[in-house]
Amino acid sequence: MVEIASSKTHKNKARAAAVKKATFGEDIDLGTYVSSAEEQPYQSDPSKLPAKAKKRMLEAGLILDDPGQRTGTFIQMDNAPVHSSVRQEGVEVMAVSQALEKYDWLSDYWWQAVAVDTDKYTASVELNQYNGYFIRALPGFKTIYPVQACLYLAKARLAQNVHNIIIAEENSELHIITGCTTASNEEAGLHLGVSEFYIKKGAKVTFTMIHNWNPEVAVRPRSAAIIEENGLFLSNYVLMKPVRSLQMYPTARCVGENAVVRFNSILVAGEGSSLDIGSRVILNANGAKTEIISRAITTGGTIVARGYIEGNAPDVKGHLECRGLILAGGGIIHAIPELKGTLAGIDLSHEAAVGKIAEEEVEYLMARGLTRSEATATIVRGFLRVDIEGLPPLLGAELQRAIEASEKDLM
Amino acid sequence: MGDVVLKIEQLAVEVEGREILHNINLEMKPGETHVLFGPNGSGKTTLLMAIMGFPKYRVTRGKIVFKGQDITKLSLDERARLGIGMSFQRPPVVRGVKTRDMVAACLKGEEREERIEQLAEKTNLAAFLDREINYGFSGGEIKRSELMQLLAQKPELTLIDEPESGVDLVNIVLIGELINELLEKDCPLLERKCMGLIITHTGHILDYVNARTGYVMCGGVIGCSGDPREILATIREKGYQECIACFLRRKASSG
Repeated sequence: MVEIASSKTHKNKARAAAVKKATFGEDIDLGTYVSSAEEQPYQSDPSKLPAKAKKRMLEAGLILDDPGQRTGTFIQMDNAPVHSSVRQEGVEVMAVSQALEKYDWLSDYWWQAVAVDTDKYTASVELNQYNGYFIRALPGFKTIYPVQACLYLAKARLAQNVHNIIIAEENSELHIITGCTTASNEEAGLHLGVSEFYIKKGAKVTFTMIHNWNPEVAVRPRSAAIIEENGLFLSNYVLMKPVRSLQMYPTARCVGENAVVRFNSILVAGEGSSLDIGSRVILNANGAKTEIISRAITTGGTIVARGYIEGNAPDVKGHLECRGLILAGGGIIHAIPELKGTLAGIDLSHEAAVGKIAEEEVEYLMARGLTRSEATATIVRGFLRVDIEGLPPLLGAELQRAIEASEKDLM
Repeated sequence: MGDVVLKIEQLAVEVEGREILHNINLEMKPGETHVLFGPNGSGKTTLLMAIMGFPKYRVTRGKIVFKGQDITKLSLDERARLGIGMSFQRPPVVRGVKTRDMVAACLKGEEREERIEQLAEKTNLAAFLDREINYGFSGGEIKRSELMQLLAQKPELTLIDEPESGVDLVNIVLIGELINELLEKDCPLLERKCMGLIITHTGHILDYVNARTGYVMCGGVIGCSGDPREILATIREKGYQECIACFLRRKASSG
């Protein structure tokens, strides 16, 4: 386990918050999960990972057989990093434990975006932390292909504790695709993932996260980003496979003028899945802008789709769009869009809609010769398609493929 | 001229439990274009929707025969695949579904990008292909988009609901040309296959598209039929009031 300079304060705060319930979501009994710091064999060539693991990782967006399509790769199995590599100058990809050894200054970033005492999950990550990834772009360097990271949950009933740090130095550009998945389709597990993003002046980070869990896994990501002047943070989240309980409410703070944040979420909840997922943006600097878009579909599960934009500076602009489709009885979608403005001259808006597929739309497509099921599929596909501005075309196409691969389960 | 392709016999149609159309009879042969006139609420759109097969428009008596087949019980999409198409007056917005997707669906699998681009060029909608269908479209854009989809679908019978409504003068010329192409008007009548049934309230479309037969609908029945230009001249001169009065006179004398 890693010890850092100021760790004592963090540890004390964490201990104080060790039983603090989260504001939202079902309270998870951490005592029912096992912890493990078992070492895993390091694999210098990720294409040599077991075929089954590779297949699960591929479904979560990880390409291990063709390194040419990635700038770097990080893989963690349970609580142990098994691979990290980078192929481009000016980009760093390594286990966060290694980064803490390498850079004294990293402690200045530790728990700066996310508060360690947010709730018992952040506290648990601090108190039982084993690892996570560190991804950084040096000033002015731009990744052409994305860096990929995978957090893989293999051991049954394991609590996976992860702390990630992502830093885009001034005027750099970092594209990250991260996939989280499990070895098993049925074993219970718990994933606690803290991710802290630091986006410096003029830097751009796109972060595309695909979650493929199983119906017994509970997940509590805790992410936050700090965006400086003219910085851009673009976060895309896709969850289309079953999960028992997932609650997250990532927060982005625009602290520099004209910082921009966009959150896109695609959520599907089948029977037995309970999701409470939102995006929160705090606009604290002149001219900062945000757009939050979520698309939620239930085929029997429950989705609470939250959104929150707060404007605290002149000329900020924010829009929140939340649309939900209920495709089967028993499903629940609860959209909770919130806006808060604290001064004149701000422009915040939201739109939310929850419903079924309009019969009029199905019939319109049927009048062109599509069968009822083809028409429904076309409308659902359209509903899930979010055109993501700023995402490299290659990554956009990959994201679309990942969505389409899961679409057929909906029909 | 060939045989009758569309034959509507003693058709009665109900919407939400209320009979809207009573005893409609109509026949069309290959290559013919017919025009339906009538005041608002006379049942013109109901007739088109019933021919297309929208479930809300329930046939309670009579039948519709298309290409020798009784289609009265066929579903909407079966009728579309059999060769009936429709240009909607107010089509719905389908969020996330792009105009390109609709044209591709109409092309039935022969989704050649080239063909889609070509149709978009022709309908002056190249910039609209990647926009969500009907979202924020103007009146003229909706009509052109409907016709672009139909040009891809190539139905033998096209039902066109109010092609001129909400369309400016520049657009109406293009819309007329597109309808003429859809109905194979450049093809000699004897070789023409495509048929059109056009609803027009104002009759403006007749300045751009020729039609063989006109009908006036009043109160859910076809009051009269004849040369469309003659009918239009009467309507323009005397208004639909005269049609209704004439219809009532005839009804009284026959009843």
